[in-house]
Amino acid sequence: MILDSKIPEGPLAEKWDKHKFNVKLVNPANKRKYDIIVVGTGLAGASAAATLAELGYNVKAFCYQDSPRRAHSIAAQGGINAAKNYQNDGDSVYRLFYDTIKGGDYRAREANVYRLAQVSVNIIDQCVAQGVPFAREYGGLLANRSFGGAQVSRTFYARGQTGQQLLLGAYSALNRQIAYGKVKMYPRTEMLDLVMVDGKARGIVTRHLITGKIESHSAHAVILATGGYGNVFFLSTNAMGSNTTAIWRAHKKGALFANPCFTQIHPTCIPVSGGYQSKLTLMSESLRNDGRVWVPKAVGDNRPADQIPEDERDYFLERKYPSFGNLVPRDVASRNAKLACDEGRGVGTTKLAVYLDFADAIKREGLEKISQKYGNLFDMYSKITGENPYEQPMRIYPAVHYTMGGLWVDYNLMTTVPGLYATGECNFSDHGANRLGASALMQGLADGYFVIPYTIGDYLAQNPTARVETSHPAFKEAEANVQADVNRLLSINGTRTVDDFHKALGHIMWDYCGMARNAEGLQFAKQEIRKLRDEFWRDVKILGTNEELNVTLEKAGRVADFLELGELMVEDALNRNESCGGHFREEYQTPENEALRDDENYTYVAAWEYTGPNQQPVLHKEELKFENVKLTQRSYK
Amino acid sequence: MAGNNPNSKPMNLTLKVWRQKNSKAAGNLETYQIKDISPEMSFLEMMDVLNEDLLLKGIDPVAFDHDCREGICGMCSLYINGRAHGPERGTTTCQLHMRKFSDGDTITIEPWRAGPFPVLKDLCTDRSALDRIQQAGGYISVNTGGVPDANEIPIPKTIADKAFDAATCIQCGACVAACKNGSAMLFTSAKVSQLAMLPQGQVERKTRVENMVAQMDKEGFGACTNIGSCAAECPVGISLENIAMLNREYIGASFTSENV
Ligand SMILES: Cc1cc2nc3c(=O)[nH]c(=O)nc-3n(C[C@H](O)[C@H](O)[C@H](O)COP(=O)(O)OP(=O)(O)OC[C@H]3O[C@@H](n4cnc5c(N)ncnc54)[C@H](O)[C@@H]3O)c2cc1C
Ligand code: SF4
Ligand code: FES
Repeated sequence: MILDSKIPEGPLAEKWDKHKFNVKLVNPANKRKYDIIVVGTGLAGASAAATLAELGYNVKAFCYQDSPRRAHSIAAQGGINAAKNYQNDGDSVYRLFYDTIKGGDYRAREANVYRLAQVSVNIIDQCVAQGVPFAREYGGLLANRSFGGAQVSRTFYARGQTGQQLLLGAYSALNRQIAYGKVKMYPRTEMLDLVMVDGKARGIVTRHLITGKIESHSAHAVILATGGYGNVFFLSTNAMGSNTTAIWRAHKKGALFANPCFTQIHPTCIPVSGGYQSKLTLMSESLRNDGRVWVPKAVGDNRPADQIPEDERDYFLERKYPSFGNLVPRDVASRNAKLACDEGRGVGTTKLAVYLDFADAIKREGLEKISQKYGNLFDMYSKITGENPYEQPMRIYPAVHYTMGGLWVDYNLMTTVPGLYATGECNFSDHGANRLGASALMQGLADGYFVIPYTIGDYLAQNPTARVETSHPAFKEAEANVQADVNRLLSINGTRTVDDFHKALGHIMWDYCGMARNAEGLQFAKQEIRKLRDEFWRDVKILGTNEELNVTLEKAGRVADFLELGELMVEDALNRNESCGGHFREEYQTPENEALRDDENYTYVAAWEYTGPNQQPVLHKEELKFENVKLTQRSYK
Repeated sequence: MAGNNPNSKPMNLTLKVWRQKNSKAAGNLETYQIKDISPEMSFLEMMDVLNEDLLLKGIDPVAFDHDCREGICGMCSLYINGRAHGPERGTTTCQLHMRKFSDGDTITIEPWRAGPFPVLKDLCTDRSALDRIQQAGGYISVNTGGVPDANEIPIPKTIADKAFDAATCIQCGACVAACKNGSAMLFTSAKVSQLAMLPQGQVERKTRVENMVAQMDKEGFGACTNIGSCAAECPVGISLENIAMLNREYIGASFTSENV
């Protein structure tokens, strides 16, 4: 298989405009003859569904929550980047492009990232027009803050609830189309399979989470916008229901999976407190604007923070990276926190935490100003830990947060299955080996509002309007397979719970395929995952039937997929004999413990093809060509 | 075993949990004993422990809605000891922690109770009526593209901040569950006020309030008699001022209605 990224010819800055001119258009009267399925209603899905419906297509949208507004985009805190240069501090489309490429450690496609930076400015306009109440200055204009990996202030925000406000904007646009009847919304409905007819994506099979009804939906094209798969680690900052099921099942139907091992471990999360823990809570990276990260200089210093004098503290990020200080990119900040804890300088009872201290900021700006900026985050912190971060430093530790990997897509965001698209976090496209803060919201909305509406038209215009009935054998077969999987799960009646398996998988992934990886550990993990998967299918305990709200059954289906995906992630991490961004292979590091890339051999996207249960997947490479930026070792010193 | 809070002792609790097979079945409170609950656990983690326990005993686990567990998605919705989202003010069920309870406590856990929120199973209810209120007008009618530059219309910071406060509603429905009339006024007013305050929301200001209120009535939510339990139980502090604003908007619109 040859991976054709379909990057348009011509100079970087002109590619998107030229492409928009060259794509085929569906004439307005014909649009209503095409049906599009959008799975997911987060930023990527809701924006696409609303925009496509505005254009005149018939849209069916799906989510597993009870309302489209509850997609996990709602939880994004810190902000969204855009190259508006409202601050006059030297930002530009090119700089945002450059920062993103560099932040991603040169493992993303130039053309995609440039387009992302270009449309970023339109996103902010769109959101303001929808009534999104971004933070403003006293003069009434929009406010900005800075974020990790950038030296300009280009991040737009709505207190610590930016994702919520952006998603509510997209949700309102979606609601308007639901009211017009152009979008049919299917909440509490989970996609369990992709249906292909004549080699093209033509629909999906779903299970209704209240009634258990297994049903088919047909369309001319399918867009997956189902978010990230960080829950493969069990503990992550993702929502409890975040899953890989939709993209994994599409992968098994032929969509290649790109860079699965590229996982982002976020440096500022509330540390784990016990084995019962069900999820980890992020404390937005924006806190690093004002908070200072430190640990005691001495190993085993057990004094409370306020009794450790200034000169016995190690502000290790400021010390090692004087020019970016606390605002180094996430992978760098996380790894350094881990190093400090590995050295025995961690804090708190578990010693797996570092301090994030606001004392100086409060002294400088006053309590009120700090509370205005971060009030809701401080509240959240004190609710969870029972401690007051205005008075004592926060304790933070890295946690799994985002997955840069995902379904491989070309410039048009189409997967290797014709007619199947992937947008938002579930594709691999824009962030390389590490995503910069405030860039996921940007990507989700760029994909949904401004990219897919053009590129999907190009595909549809070349395909007939004739519909496929769900009585078609391909649908019946897929339904039967889904039903068979459900029956198989229900018939095991073993002794271990789904959560128990999920936690076990999470431990393997975190220990061997987490913040630091090595070949030996990865080999071991591969065996362990296989064993665990076998045991799952022999011994998992699920009660009840399909024809009811059955939470255990839902979870079991998702964990079954994680147990397969986990192995592919390990495989990918083993294959990539270099360190880059969030992928840190201990064998490949500089003397200063920074990631050591191997550009000669690994400047490619690793796209994996599924070949059958327990079969070795096949690797396809998309070579990355850098025509505009020079590959250098990232330096934030 | 946690944080900086070493003297936290595990607790034993009695739970009375509403069990109902589906929307048609009758429900009842079942009593369960639960042991060794750490005060550092969240309330829903305590429910996870209960469910693991039930599952291994061959008893159907308790169904409850939740997703983000960060207090932002609005999915969690438990009525705990007679209060929507439990005893702690300004806190969603998922952000409630067991340190608010004591060893030996009995905790009663029920679903939201309101006509427009039928129980689906155990503690899960159908709150889609709230989505339909939003669909009736909770938006500004702009298509993607062709909008002015974001800084073209300055908005005073005070107004933007107030609009933001109203916009933080998480659509959990606690206000309805807390109200003896089952009114959705606080919820509806939050969106009406947010958009009425912003310059972008002016064009559809009148039709919006009329259509959203009409939908609210159609869904069978009760009338607002200004008791204020909604705002007292709202986990994100949506203010009663929004209801006052909705009323002004509604009366204003009724004089010069543009709904023709
Ligand atoms: C706590 C937190 C804070 C963050 N903060 C920021 C930030 O400040 N800035 C930033 O840029 N990024 C941030 N991110 C990242 C960013 O929020 C996400 O990457 C982004 O919102 C993902 O959007 P999405 O539309 O791709 O997916 P999601 O919002 O996750 O939506 C997924 C959708 O798919 C549906 N779905 C999933 N599986 C199925 C299935 N099988 N069947 C049917 N439907 C399904 C879900 O119901 C949901 O509607 C943060 C992430 C987290 C977790
Ligand atoms: S107003 Fe408050 S209580 Fe009511 S739905 Fe919104 S957030 Fe929940
Ligand atoms: S689970 Fe999302 S608000 Fe409680």
